[in-house]
Amino acid sequence: MAIVIIGNSAAAVEAIEAIRKVDRSVPITVISDEPHSAYSRPLISYLLAGEIKPGQIYYRPKNFYEKNGIQTFLGKRVVKTFFKEKAVQLENGEKISYDRLLIATGGKPFLPKMEGLDKSGVYTFTKLEDAKKISLALRDAEKAVVIGGGLIGLKAAEALKKRKIEVTVVELADHILSLTMDETASSILEKALKKEGVHLITSNTVEAILGDGHVDSVRLANKKLIKTQLVVLAIGVIPNVDPFKETSLHIEKGILVNERMETNVPDVYAAGDVTQAYDKILKSYRTIPIWPNACLQGKIAGYQMAGNKKYQYEGSFMMNSIEVANIPTISIGLTNPPQDNGFQVIKKFDRGSDVYRKVILRGDAIVGAIFTGHIERAGIITGLLRDGVKVKGFKKELMSEQFGFISFPKALRKERLLNLK
Amino acid sequence: MCVRQCAFKGHTYDPESNEVSSKEEMCVGCHRCVTLCPTNALTVRQNPLEFRANGNWTGWAIRNIFKQAETGGVLLTGMGNDRPYPIYWDHLLLNASQVTNPSIDPLREPMELRTYLGRKPDKLKLNHNGSDFQLKDPLPSQLKLETPILFSAMSYGAISYNACESLARAAEALGIYWNTGEGGLHPNLHQYGKNTIVQVASGRFGVHKDYLDIGAAIEIKIGQGAKPGIGGHLPGEKVVEDISKTRMIPKGTDALSPAPQHDIYSIEDLRMLIYALKEATRYTKPISVKIAAVHNAAAIASGMVRAGADIVALDGFRGGTGAAPTVIRDNVGIPIEFALAAVDQRLRDEGIRHEASILVAGGFRNSADIFKAIALGADAVYIGTAALISMGCHVCQKCYTGKCNWGIATQDPYLEKRLNPEIATERLTNLIHAWSHEIKEMLGGMGINAIESLRGNRLALRGIGLTDTELDILGVLPAGR
Amino acid sequence: MKRIFVKEEVCIGCRLCEVHCLVEHSKSKNIFKAFKEENPRALPRIHVEEKGTLSFSLQCRHCEDPYCLEACMSGALYRDKKTGAILHNKEQCVGCWMCVMVCPYGAIQRDLNGKKAASKCDLCVGKETPICVMKCPNEALEYREG
Repeated sequence: MAIVIIGNSAAAVEAIEAIRKVDRSVPITVISDEPHSAYSRPLISYLLAGEIKPGQIYYRPKNFYEKNGIQTFLGKRVVKTFFKEKAVQLENGEKISYDRLLIATGGKPFLPKMEGLDKSGVYTFTKLEDAKKISLALRDAEKAVVIGGGLIGLKAAEALKKRKIEVTVVELADHILSLTMDETASSILEKALKKEGVHLITSNTVEAILGDGHVDSVRLANKKLIKTQLVVLAIGVIPNVDPFKETSLHIEKGILVNERMETNVPDVYAAGDVTQAYDKILKSYRTIPIWPNACLQGKIAGYQMAGNKKYQYEGSFMMNSIEVANIPTISIGLTNPPQDNGFQVIKKFDRGSDVYRKVILRGDAIVGAIFTGHIERAGIITGLLRDGVKVKGFKKELMSEQFGFISFPKALRKERLLNLK
Repeated sequence: MCVRQCAFKGHTYDPESNEVSSKEEMCVGCHRCVTLCPTNALTVRQNPLEFRANGNWTGWAIRNIFKQAETGGVLLTGMGNDRPYPIYWDHLLLNASQVTNPSIDPLREPMELRTYLGRKPDKLKLNHNGSDFQLKDPLPSQLKLETPILFSAMSYGAISYNACESLARAAEALGIYWNTGEGGLHPNLHQYGKNTIVQVASGRFGVHKDYLDIGAAIEIKIGQGAKPGIGGHLPGEKVVEDISKTRMIPKGTDALSPAPQHDIYSIEDLRMLIYALKEATRYTKPISVKIAAVHNAAAIASGMVRAGADIVALDGFRGGTGAAPTVIRDNVGIPIEFALAAVDQRLRDEGIRHEASILVAGGFRNSADIFKAIALGADAVYIGTAALISMGCHVCQKCYTGKCNWGIATQDPYLEKRLNPEIATERLTNLIHAWSHEIKEMLGGMGINAIESLRGNRLALRGIGLTDTELDILGVLPAGR
Repeated sequence: MKRIFVKEEVCIGCRLCEVHCLVEHSKSKNIFKAFKEENPRALPRIHVEEKGTLSFSLQCRHCEDPYCLEACMSGALYRDKKTGAILHNKEQCVGCWMCVMVCPYGAIQRDLNGKKAASKCDLCVGKETPICVMKCPNEALEYREG
């Protein structure tokens, strides 16, 4: 039996470790279009900012593949798949056969239709190479424009600021982090960013990137011009499904998978940012491109492929932890509920401070939360959300900064403390 | 941490200056803060506010008058008589075998500490069939103790539930008994019934039909060594939900036991109650009657035995209490040593010593006190204060405030947690094991291998520093004779 | 694998567990130096929750299938092969707080003294019994299988 994994990041690494827990001998092959050993993509902003040493970005030891008996094809791209034949084909024509295939190709940056994307000085910001290229480009840049005020855009902006670049962030929505935060939380962060010297432009977008070969300015939708030497496209990521578009795989936004991480094609699994899987809060199939989810899916896919059918995917939900302008924030689940009934919002905001706390309930259970400023023990709320615990009896306690297991009724506390993961 | 551990608010923390300061006048000397401080930074000393030296007007006498002038109230205190009356145990010395009658090593040879409490028959009638002997009539009911020590009466209410549980569990583990005192028996402790002596006191708190059935013996409390002549007192603040249910009184009301049992105004009344209890329990349990050691203890004991008591329990003036007026505690009652000697001698003289076992209580501090008491005639010894000390009590005498920092004499749930029954049970068991072993050592040293041979054996004792009268009352020879 | 369990019925809220955990994880391991001289002061990894008369302590449960390991983006959290405990490598940590976000026990703290990093119980690796269990004056902490 041979297992082939396309991809070499979070999902792939977890899958490898899960398979090896069950089966130490089954041959595993990893194919990745990047030439690097597994590294942590979320850490590239820390690398760009100069906060970590280059070696730190690798989160497994150098002998990881050797120790686990993995055959690697690094820097090779998969261009075609033959599901009936059970093989994948690389760019150079080489065919690799599999008995079980895991597609863990992750996400790729979303590129809008825009004039000037081909100019030099324009970068995306998802891979290690992007961080390296931008780092080099900084030598000749004073100003930068970041298109997109989401998670990637803000991390890029802060990294550039740390490298002493004057940064302007342009966001289409009327507040930054519009997918994960509400207006109050965003305004707290916007105020702090502005204080740091980051220029923020909301309810606007870049219409065109201008310059003679190399970028020298951008034109906004309201025709305003901003001088810049560096443009970072950070509008979002979408599942990297290019090699599979013409195949029989069910793909909507991403590759659809069930609770065993199986696709509709027998013996073909998918995990990570490339998938569209069950979101237990939104109760639909969504892409949830976050690290913990990729790891979880990879782990389950690995166990299932190795024959351990016990591990199943119960669904995940959006969760993000990001520190912006030294303000730690955490957002989980459904943070902007629709106005109709069925949802209850409890929140606490000390105006003038950075501390904001919001919990959203649907019925008796928590379905979303936002914390800024004070994120201590937020995981307890995440746990209640994850397990759909009925919190009606102690709703009021949720707003307290001392909220903890002491706020639970005794029976619930004993159950959650003694029922160890 | 010392700030939070002191229920008397002896330490306070000022966040502004980041300092802990102590209010000496609040300190009761319980050592809780000293014991728990992780850097051993604390110690407790007598507060040296000294009055001019005066043989009559001591600081203590003067301060008491201040308090009463201020409040017009009766001075209250906890624990037993702390005045420097002579301790007669310290004037009695033991024998050891030399040359004749060799001593016995308790680690090598079996020693019998087992004790039976209850009425013993006048004669044994036996049926025999060759060498096979059998008793013709059944023996009166007995309490079987593996060692001649029991846990004295301490009511649930005066002490916490955790303390009661620890006493019950230790009694079960050791094969001895504990006494409910006048607080009744908490339902969760009914499982320890066969090691429990249930008390029927003047307030009849907690006395219901099952109560009598569950205990192994029933004790009628006439008096208590710490406060002879008056009844018990549990302040309303300590009568919380569980206490109210166990004692069968309304929550928050003071639990005042009347001074006499209002249906016992004469020895004949006592006989009626004793037999009423015997009938109610179908003669299956010994009935004990507890009196304080007072001047006529001998005559009273004789009457009690003739009234049908199977056990006579004598409580000397060193006995402890949760709350008593200081003036009663310190001045009423006589030392247990005299009461015991007098009662034992009187019952022997009247030929009825076998009709009841004698239990003594009142300030027994160590196994030597117990040993000497048995030599003077006791069948077994009740320990109260010593048991509490083994659980953590430091004898600060503030039991009546309900703020016991060790979780013993309190109903405050925050304080009660500090007494972990697992730990307390083990400590009680350790203490009794240690004392039993020491008793065996002392027995062995005398060349005796059974406690029965020591019981009432006054010749095992010699007096030292006692007057002729004292020697005569105790019935012992002076050292040297 | 042996873990620490708390008995809330006998926890007296004295916080000696926090004190001794701090000392054990300080540079000097001396209670006076740890509190009065060391700067930054070490963080205790155990946390006492208290409300009214109820109190108990909580620390990392060293789960068999931890959420924190899944969420760590830098590989700073890892499982110790010998003891099975979940340990944290401060050098590798970037302070992203994903672990704080997912731990259902809220057992991971932010250490903001000096380099931003996470901080949590390490079962006193190397000792036979964790120090909090040893020093609890009321035997409210147990170190056992389960």
